[in-house]
Amino acid sequence: MKTNVTKKLYSGAVLTVLAFSLVLTGCGGNNNGGNNGQSSTNTATNSPASNTESTPNAETPTASGTVTIAGSTSVQPLAEELGTFYMGVNGDARIEVAGGGSGAGVKAAQSGTADVGMASRELKDDETGIEAVVIAIDGIAVVVNKDNAAADLTSEQVKDIFNGTIKNWSEVGGNDANIVVVNREEGSGTRDAFKELVLGEGDFVAEAIIQNSTGAVREAVSQDVTAIGYISLGGLNDSVHAVKVDGVEATEENIKQGTYPISRPFNFLLNEASEPTDITQAFIDYVLSPEGQAVVADHGYVTVE
Amino acid sequence: MNRILEEKIVKLFLFITAITAVFSVLLIGIFVFIEGMPIFFKYGITDVLFGSVWNPSNQVYGIWPMIVGTIYVTFIAILIGAPMGIGVAVYLVEIANKRIAAIIIPAVELLAGIPSVVYGLFGMFAVRSVIANLERGPLADYLPANYQTGYSVLTAGIILAIMILPTIINISIDSLKVVPREYKEGSLALGVSHWQTIYKVLIPAAKSGIITAVILGIGRALGETMAVIMVIGNTPLVPAFDWTGIFAPARSLTANIALEMGYAGPEHQQALFATGIVLFVFIIILNSLTTLLVRRKGGK
Repeated sequence: MKTNVTKKLYSGAVLTVLAFSLVLTGCGGNNNGGNNGQSSTNTATNSPASNTESTPNAETPTASGTVTIAGSTSVQPLAEELGTFYMGVNGDARIEVAGGGSGAGVKAAQSGTADVGMASRELKDDETGIEAVVIAIDGIAVVVNKDNAAADLTSEQVKDIFNGTIKNWSEVGGNDANIVVVNREEGSGTRDAFKELVLGEGDFVAEAIIQNSTGAVREAVSQDVTAIGYISLGGLNDSVHAVKVDGVEATEENIKQGTYPISRPFNFLLNEASEPTDITQAFIDYVLSPEGQAVVADHGYVTVE
Repeated sequence: MNRILEEKIVKLFLFITAITAVFSVLLIGIFVFIEGMPIFFKYGITDVLFGSVWNPSNQVYGIWPMIVGTIYVTFIAILIGAPMGIGVAVYLVEIANKRIAAIIIPAVELLAGIPSVVYGLFGMFAVRSVIANLERGPLADYLPANYQTGYSVLTAGIILAIMILPTIINISIDSLKVVPREYKEGSLALGVSHWQTIYKVLIPAAKSGIITAVILGIGRALGETMAVIMVIGNTPLVPAFDWTGIFAPARSLTANIALEMGYAGPEHQQALFATGIVLFVFIIILNSLTTLLVRRKGGK
């Protein structure tokens, strides 16, 4: 009989411990997604090794310290990936990336709150005191269903379709059918960029269908002959067809040459007055190096030379 | 002595585990309320709850379209799902023979295990195109242009109805099985036909359990996020209040939070927590209703 009660005691204890540990792991903060976890494991494995010999590429300097980066949410995922890769190469570095939007990125760089600001657009004339380093270029493709006859639109037509002025495909060379506009959700960086580049001062048509990711927009457009949407160039695949805007196709070469109109630079912003710290310079050098640009290309963005 | 001590310790451990559950609910509730209330104070409760425009970029936070969307979708889901679920339960308990039941019961359990994203995909691919063909064909003259996309309250309602079927079926089966045999035997002995026995004697006897099943189904439909996002259209506009309204694209409260939380600025985030508060209130009302109904029926 003693064994029965001991068993109950044991299982009760196990249950409680399990419950508590579940609660505690759920409560554990996750500030920058993978960054905190990554850097702690990397410092453990890299620090005993000799600094100058263990790094795979001789050009990557091994400064140490923390780089704080804040700004555009469109650049954020790429910056986090670059940070993770860099921390894999330089174990003494810590790259912390935060969002907040391009506007917040500009202010952070100007005031020095962050080492590096991020912006997914060109700097405006009144944004002084900072210099921009282009780390990648992002194109936005306007996509339609593969069975859609309209294959070539002017930027004026694209603007009028997305702000609701043009409502029927027959007005732009397609069949007689209502245009179903597929938009992104309010906080999307792609939506902000598209709005700025294409719509200008206007707003999206209120009755647009909203999907919450590039993939979802792609699915929606591929399912419906009358749909039109916009996706990041990196997400373009065979399920949808990218229209030519002003006669120019959405390809990496055209974006590099500047002929495709809907593209925006991903900028790292540095304060002009103060020199960047060694570790900041080292990280930026890494981002602009072939390894860094390979990461950029892997994630579907256009590299810079 | 040793045994008594061990018993006490086990009971204490289990009590702590149970308290953790209560603690978690309180924590979540208090957190959501604290984060969301400032928006109500800043913009006025009526403006936020009943405002028809949701435009966070211009600081306009009106949740009414989402409230209507959620209620509409849940209503459609229950309209389709409850009769179907109760029907399947009745069939399985009363009418089906062992072989047919052996096919249906695993199918229902499989339905319960399908992840909601898969339901969403099914909705996007299959249901949406059927509804779109309906909207663009026979109904084209009666519906405005943006109601003809196939993403609508109806599509979401259909998907949700399928999702809540297992819940309704399982609990209805349990409550039908608990009805005393004497009721059925007495009814049949009096010459009442099988079907009349079912709908005049058995179902009323199992009423409280069936209502509980339906209310649990409503709860699940209220909270479903991913599948709904993929098929409902997410347009923050109030659907029309006539029959064309079920073909309107809409947005539910859960979809609102899930869509915009990732990039929301501080005030926008508070508005999303306010949406969470409304959801919380819905669920509290629903649960109180269940408790009231169960208690009134004598705890059957």
